[in-house]
Formats: sequence, structure tokens, C-alpha cells
Amino acid sequence: MATDTLHHGAHAGDHDDHEHHEHHDVAGTKVFGFWVYLMSDLVIFGTLFATYAVLMRGTAGGPTGADIFELPLILFGTFALLISSFTFGMGVLAMNANRVGQLKMWLVVTFVLGLMFLGMEVYEFHHLIHEGYGPDRSAFLSAFFTLVGTHGLHVTFGMIWILVMLVQLQTKGINAATRPRILCLSLFWHFLDIVWICVFSFVYLMGVL
Amino acid sequence: MFGKLGFDAIPLHDPIIVVVGIGMIIGGLGLLAAITYFRKWGWLWNEWFTSVDHKKLGIMYFIVALVMLLRGFADAIMMRTQQMVAAGGSMGFLPPDHYDQIFTAHGVIMIFFVAMPMVIGLMNLVVPLQIGARDVAFPFLNNLSFWLFAVSAILINISLVVGEFATTGWLAYAPLSGIEYSPGVGVDYWIWALQISGIGTTLTGINFFVTILKMRTKGMTLFRMPIFTWTSLCANVLIIASFPILTATIAMLTLDRYFGMNFFTNELGGNVMMYVNLIWAWGHPEVYILILPAFGVFSEVIATFARKRLFGYHTMVWATVAITVLSFIVWLHHFFTMGAGANVNAFFGIMTMIIAIPTGVKVFNWIFTIFRGRLEMTSPVLWTLGFIITFTIGGMTGVMLALPAANFVLHNSLFVIAHFHNVIIGGVLFGMLAGLTYWFPKAFGFTLDEKWGKRSFWFWIIGFYTAFMPLYVLSFYGAARRMQSYPNAEWQPWMIVAWVGAVLIACGIACTIIQFYVSVRDRKKNADVTGDPWDARTLEWSTSSPAPFYNFAHEPTVGDIDSFWTQKQRGLEQAEQKAYHDIHMPKNTHAGPIISVFAMIFGFAMIWHIWWLAIVGAVGTLVSFLARVFNDDIDYYVPAAEVERIEQAHLKRVEAHS
Repeated sequence: MATDTLHHGAHAGDHDDHEHHEHHDVAGTKVFGFWVYLMSDLVIFGTLFATYAVLMRGTAGGPTGADIFELPLILFGTFALLISSFTFGMGVLAMNANRVGQLKMWLVVTFVLGLMFLGMEVYEFHHLIHEGYGPDRSAFLSAFFTLVGTHGLHVTFGMIWILVMLVQLQTKGINAATRPRILCLSLFWHFLDIVWICVFSFVYLMGVL
Repeated sequence: MFGKLGFDAIPLHDPIIVVVGIGMIIGGLGLLAAITYFRKWGWLWNEWFTSVDHKKLGIMYFIVALVMLLRGFADAIMMRTQQMVAAGGSMGFLPPDHYDQIFTAHGVIMIFFVAMPMVIGLMNLVVPLQIGARDVAFPFLNNLSFWLFAVSAILINISLVVGEFATTGWLAYAPLSGIEYSPGVGVDYWIWALQISGIGTTLTGINFFVTILKMRTKGMTLFRMPIFTWTSLCANVLIIASFPILTATIAMLTLDRYFGMNFFTNELGGNVMMYVNLIWAWGHPEVYILILPAFGVFSEVIATFARKRLFGYHTMVWATVAITVLSFIVWLHHFFTMGAGANVNAFFGIMTMIIAIPTGVKVFNWIFTIFRGRLEMTSPVLWTLGFIITFTIGGMTGVMLALPAANFVLHNSLFVIAHFHNVIIGGVLFGMLAGLTYWFPKAFGFTLDEKWGKRSFWFWIIGFYTAFMPLYVLSFYGAARRMQSYPNAEWQPWMIVAWVGAVLIACGIACTIIQFYVSVRDRKKNADVTGDPWDARTLEWSTSSPAPFYNFAHEPTVGDIDSFWTQKQRGLEQAEQKAYHDIHMPKNTHAGPIISVFAMIFGFAMIWHIWWLAIVGAVGTLVSFLARVFNDDIDYYVPAAEVERIEQAHLKRVEAHS
């Protein structure tokens, strides 16, 4: 689906009319490469999930998940992130309709929702550390902070990326260079959403149960 | 201001390091002075360092790898010498702490900074040419991968003279590598060198995976790809799936060391066996990342020089794929002694033995390719034959180790050392030297000297057996690995034999160096004018040597396995004169080396806890990456006239030659 729309953008008005057949679909290759990168990133998360599963019970006399997780707060952040996936999707639709203004607007909304999610996470981490339940307290907390923090770090990079794209859309508009980047960023953003659903179910819900 | 770094970080108390350090500094300064004197800086920077040409990157990988081979071998011969003398109460010439650093550095260097760059360098040089592509999918990332690797190699070498290296063994098992038992900077050097180069390797894996899947020329279906490309594809799948595990594991060890977390500690719920499991979940696929491309080299070499199509192409492919899958479900055989129980050990033992089946298929394929072929005894063929014999022996000792019951006796003994050198030297190293000899003309336009190549082979193979067979013997007497000294003087004769073997291998390395010198001297005589010096079978030989920077003036069309060979048989080479077109190519970029240098600064600062410098490094990395992202001037067109000029010059040379 994504590569279909790319085809037109990548070749529109380019130099390569006279030797069209010898050109590989550059934008499609980029998006495919980004998919592969996401799969490798997924292995990082898989490793952290596996570690969490092994160390979950290593509380060393400290708190368990049920003691420290505040579900309402987490649920708020979760919804912020889920909605941000939707708003990003709207942004991609706007891009496909070549509406750069709308696209930027949706990116800003996505950014704000991402910020709300991060705010929730920073508050949670700060609160836990303040209570004396920092990542050095037990293996369980090390694994918890690292898994959730790695996801949060990804969200942070995603937000920096959104800012970069806002600048590029301002200066370049929607073209063969920015279009695949927006598509990759949208893949990245949805990917983080899916990972978060796993974190929410596997870490928080199961932790509280 | 400088964190943990002070003048006491320079190990002046150790005469060996002082001498080596002074030598390195003098050698380094000499090199820099020579480059300056001959005014080669601009050329180096513009033509090489910033190049996105996969062939040049391949060459640079190989150069760094060969330099690091010397360093790794220096460690090896010091260990062999130490073990030769440190018997029956003697402490030898290396104190335990230094000896531990040496065996750690030897393993790390040989795997990450010799074997890996050779494999990746060869993939760079060969894969795009074999699939008829003009470059890789992401040329800038390719350059970045190389530089991330290169700066990590520099970090490893800095550790020799500033501070220390890890004393933990090449995989830095926790809790020994934790902050409690390794408070020094040695493990931190290990962490950051591997983390930075590992990210580069992951990028390479993605890059070549996409290149092979997306950029094959017309008609090249998956089952028409040359075997080396197939094995590279599988190796890259392994990189993509396994290197992130290494990244995550090292990151967790880093958090343990820097933030007092408890992943792999003895206290507060940490789990040390978790580390060992994770590191081998990466580590076992890693050895297949190294060996699969070597299998590919042997397949190309043997088919070319036996003048036959490879026997059992399809079984070769499926055997490679089978090994790729199986390599992920055998990791536990590295620590049967963990005590996971009989059932778990049996499962992993059986899985390990099953890997011998596809490997055996491959061995028979090579043998049947030779059968009724007209085998030409060139030096790549010698390496291949040496490999078939040596690797089979190594494989059999591997199956022995795969028996959990036997493994309980052999674990951590010299048997393990003998086994994996048996497969890594006999497999990976022989393969890379065969590949180097085989594809050298494609990179440089002249063949390597055969006489010195064969001498190198004989020294290597005799040296290998002399050095490592005694270790098998010693292991049956109970000799453990990583001994700085041993009380039992009866072992000493075997250690002396092993030392002699190491000296023979040194002669083999010397022969290779002489081979380079002689070959460069005689380059006119050994020029490869046609671009096809071996009368070979695959696409890379259809273009000139050295290949032009755009690889192919016209995208080749493939209708068969070994399509180039079939074309030659039919004599269609000169059939048509096509018009030349403009060629779209990526521009060279400063971004790769600059980003990587900032990454190195970040790594160095983290090692020494110089936090302000770490921030400089991190911000520099990010900003220089963003600068690349905002640069739109990244490609250009080679005019058709220029392509025609280059191609006509080549054709004229070929005509004059014939």
C-alpha cells in the first residue's frame, strides 16, 4: 500500500525518464529497508521483554508490580499514544492528498500527544525513584525501568524526528525526499504503539493482576 | 575535568606495553608524516574516506582487518610463548593480569576486528557485482557502517596504551564483568568498542539484505543468485536477527556498571545466567555469520577452478537456509554445565548435531563438484581443499562437544580452544584468504602472486595442525583454557610443539605480506586485462578489472545460474553494441567519518567518565547526522559520454591484449 503511493512521488518530474527501467524504486527500497530496521529493533524489545519475564520475580524484598503500578495514570498515557497513532494516520492521508498544511497540523497534534505520553512516563519514573524504588533497587525494577525507558527513548527520538520533518516540510514541502521519510516515521510511530500495547498488557496489566 | 583519566592510566610499569606503545606511536606518526609528505591527505579523504563506493569500502575493511590480524596474532604468539615457558612453578614473562587482558583482546580482535570485517569487506566487494547492481541500497549507511567499525578498532588500540583492556574473556561473562569484580575501565573499553561497531554491523546487515532482495539485475531470480550472494543473504538475516540481542545485552551490562542496576549481579535478584544465555543467543548465530560467507567463497572457487557448475546448487542453498534457522536453537550447548537439566541439554545437544547434516551436504557438494572436474591447483583451490579437510575434523570435534555427557568433561578445557580454532581458522580464515586471492584482481586489476600464496597456504595449514593438535591432546590430560601458568611440567613438551606451530603460522602471515609486495611489484606482468582472469562463471567477472565505479555500463540480463559462463559458451559477448546512458550515482559524503569520530569521542568519554565530553560526543553525533539529513545534494549523473570513454578504453586494452 505504502509503496504504491510512493511510486508516483519518487519519479514525478525526475531526471530519470529516459532510462526508467534501469532505476530501482528508490523510495520503495527506503521504506522496505526501514521495515527491516524495525524488525531488528523488535529483537531489541524482544530481548528486553524476555529479560523482564525472567527477572520479574527478582524483587529482592522490594516492591512488586502490583505495589507500584498506578493503572489510571498509565491508561491515560496509553490513550494519548493510541490516539497519536490515529492522528499520524490522518497526517499520512493528508500527505497522500498533497495537503501539506493539514499534514503539518496532524504532525503537531501527534507531537503534543507524544509529549503527554512522555510526561506521564517521566512523572511515573520520577515518582518511583522519589519513593526509593529506582532501577537499582532490584532486578525487577532494573528490567522494568529499562524496558519502559527504552520505549520512552524511542518515543523521544520519534518526536525529534517529527520536529525535523516539520522543518523539512516547511522548507521543502512534500516531495520525493520528504515523502518516504514521513512514511518511515509513520511506520516507526505505529511500531512504537504496538510495542506499547505489549508493554501495557504484559507489564502493567499482568503486573497488577 | 577528565573523569577517571589521569597520567597513571598509562601503564608505564609494564615494559612490554611501553615498548609496543612507543612502537605504535612511532609507526603511527611515521604514517601520518608520510601521508603529509606525499600530500596524500586530500586524495585519501576525497577518494577513500568519504567514498560510498562499495568496492573501496570493501578494500578498506580488508586493510583494517589485516592490520588488526597482526595485532591479534601478536597476542596469540605471546600467549603461546607464555604457556611454553610457564610450566612447573615458573610464572613466565606475563603476569596474570596482563595475560588475561591478552587472551581477551585476542578473542575480541580476531572475531570482531579481523573475521567480521573480512567477511563484511568481501560482501561489500563482491555482492553488488554478483547481482549486477551499481551500488548497495543505502550507500551512505554503508560508509557509516565502515567508519563505526573503524573507530571501534581505534578504541581497542587506544586501550593498549591508555588504561587497560578487559580481563574477562572475549564475551565478558557476568558477574565477572560487573562493576564489583571489574572496577577498571577494561570492560568499558570492551562495551563501547563492541556497541559502536555492533551498530555498524546491524546497519550493514539491513543494507545488504535490502540490496540483495531489491537490487538484483533483470532476470536474476533468487534461485539464480550465485552461492556467495546466497550465503551473504543468510549471514545478513542472521546479523539483523542476532546483533540486536548483543546490543541489548551490552546495554544492560552498561546499565549495571554505570547506574548500579541489577540485571546480572549476584545480589538483589540479578541473574548471571541470563547474561550467558543472551550473549550466546547472539554468539552462536555470530559464528554462522562468519562461516556462511566463507562457505560461499569455497563454492565459487571450487566451481570456477573445477570448470563445472557447482554440484547440487539447490541443496547448497537449502543447506545454507537450514543452518541459518538452526543456528538460533543451539546456543545452550555453550554452557551445558549450567545445569538446565537432562531434557534441555538433550534438546540442544540433538539440535547441535543436526547442524552437522546440512554442513555435511555442503561438504559432499564440494567434493562432487571436484569429481570429474578439471581441477586447477591454484592457491584459492589449495585453501579450499585445506578447508574441506580441516573443517571436517573441526566439525567432528564439534559433534563430540555437542554430547552433553562428553561436554561436562571437556567444558572450559583446551579441547574447546582447539575445536573453535579448527573451524574458525580452517573455515573462516582459509575462506577469507581464498576469497581475497580470488577477488583481488577484481578490486585492483592484477592477480596476486601464486608462488607466495601457495607458500602462505602451506605454512598456515602445517602451522595450524602443529599448533592446535597438541591442544586436543592436552585437553585429555585435563588442561584448562586461559591458564597463565600450570604446575604440571609434563604438559610442557606439547606446549612447545604448539609454540612451533604458532611460529609456522607467523611465517604464513609473512608470506602473505611478501605476496602483497611481490604482486604490487609485478602488477604489470600480472595485469588482469580482460576482467575475467580465472575464466569464471558469475557476473562480477563480466565487467573490467578493477571494476569501474559504476560497475556495469549496461545492466546485465541473467537467464540462468552461472549466466556469464553460459554466455561465454554461446559466444554472445560482443553480440550487440548498445548505446550508453547517463548513470545515476550517489555522491561521496563527509557524514560517515564525521559522525563516527563523534561516536568514538562519546565512547572514549563514557569509558573514562568524562561526562562533559560525552555530551559533546553525543550532541556532535546527532548534529552531524541531522546535517546529513538536511543535505539534498547527495547524488549525480555520470554523463553517457564519460561512461563511453571509460568503456571504450577498456575495450581497447582488451583488444590490444588479444
